[in-house]
Amino acid sequence: MTQFSLFFHRLASPPHFYELSKPWGRAFSWIALVLILVGLFGGLWLAPRDFQQGNGFRIMYVHVPSAWMSLFVFMVMAASAFVGLVWRMRLAYAVAAASAPLGAAFTAVALVTGSLWGKPMWGTYWVWDARLTSELILFFLYLGFITLNRSFEDQQTGDRAAAILALVGAVDIPIVHYSVDWWQTLHQGSSFKGLTSEIAPSMLWPLLVMMTGFMFYYGWLVLWRTRSEILLRESDREWTKRVVGS
Amino acid sequence: MTRRYQRLVMVLLMLGCVSLAVGFALRAFNGDLLYYITPTQLYEGHAPVRGQFRLGGIVEKGSVTRIPGSMTVRFTLTDFKHTVPVVYTGILPDLFRVGQGIVVRGRMVSGIFQATQVLAKHGAKYMPPGIHQPHPSPNEEKMLALKRDLGEGTKP
Repeated sequence: MTQFSLFFHRLASPPHFYELSKPWGRAFSWIALVLILVGLFGGLWLAPRDFQQGNGFRIMYVHVPSAWMSLFVFMVMAASAFVGLVWRMRLAYAVAAASAPLGAAFTAVALVTGSLWGKPMWGTYWVWDARLTSELILFFLYLGFITLNRSFEDQQTGDRAAAILALVGAVDIPIVHYSVDWWQTLHQGSSFKGLTSEIAPSMLWPLLVMMTGFMFYYGWLVLWRTRSEILLRESDREWTKRVVGS
Repeated sequence: MTRRYQRLVMVLLMLGCVSLAVGFALRAFNGDLLYYITPTQLYEGHAPVRGQFRLGGIVEKGSVTRIPGSMTVRFTLTDFKHTVPVVYTGILPDLFRVGQGIVVRGRMVSGIFQATQVLAKHGAKYMPPGIHQPHPSPNEEKMLALKRDLGEGTKP
């Protein structure tokens, strides 16, 4: 067994993950705090007004990272579901279950901030165009995952049922992302074309800082929530009693 | 064939089937998924004969006229191939201006689009006021703006 696969096999063991996740979670939380504070300061104070939208464009510093995370968290869930179904890894199911409420929250924030921006800019809170509709479907997929995961007496059955939903629902991810390219939508196209962007550098850097900050924020929360998930799932095991007892 | 390999094949098969089903469904509904049609698509006969539909285009330069003493405004929408005259009574969104992408909802009445709703479409560009990037040519700029604002949606 190589060093690399050994690392993953050890990571997959719940007691080992429980130990390892504590320092990592701590580090992530501090990185997230610093990045989000810097990003907010840059976005709300340092960045100039937009030539068309004035100060209203600043909502993108929350909207874009939330929308990006809503897709990213679902990809994490789908990947975990895949690993759980094929390799029967208990930890993967715990990660997926821990991620779902976080992803749902990011999706809700993206939908609400987008709607608040839409009223002054577009002239309406909501339209049923391809981007907005597919993002709303993503929100319902998250809710479906959460309820399905908890609707069986046996947690393992719930995990498997929800995993299939996550894999099937993952089809929505490219649809959300490419909806603005595939169909004529009211929502604008992506401001990123490969590595170049149509956002002026003075406005772009706080956005990138915020996006990285949101990634670490999710990393921190998912580690913390996975820890509780493991304790809940392994509550009758010897190591859990030892950890909680001490 | 191990059990794990069997599960892998089953999961991949499921993913493939679902993607295929969704892909076919989206292809079938392609025309209905467009939020609006362009003036060119209107001229090519893609608009419903009866009832309301949405039309998207750029507000043509020098075309905006207001009827004094009322909230009625007339303008033409263009995609630089075809133009459509529009008449609307009501409050316009903040971003409504010449050269801006606009989506109107309403119906065609004797060659004029009677709009009941006007929405502004924001482009993907963000920059501070007063900065103008050099443009190759006015015509190319127009096409770029059109591509950006209308998106290169697939034709129904």
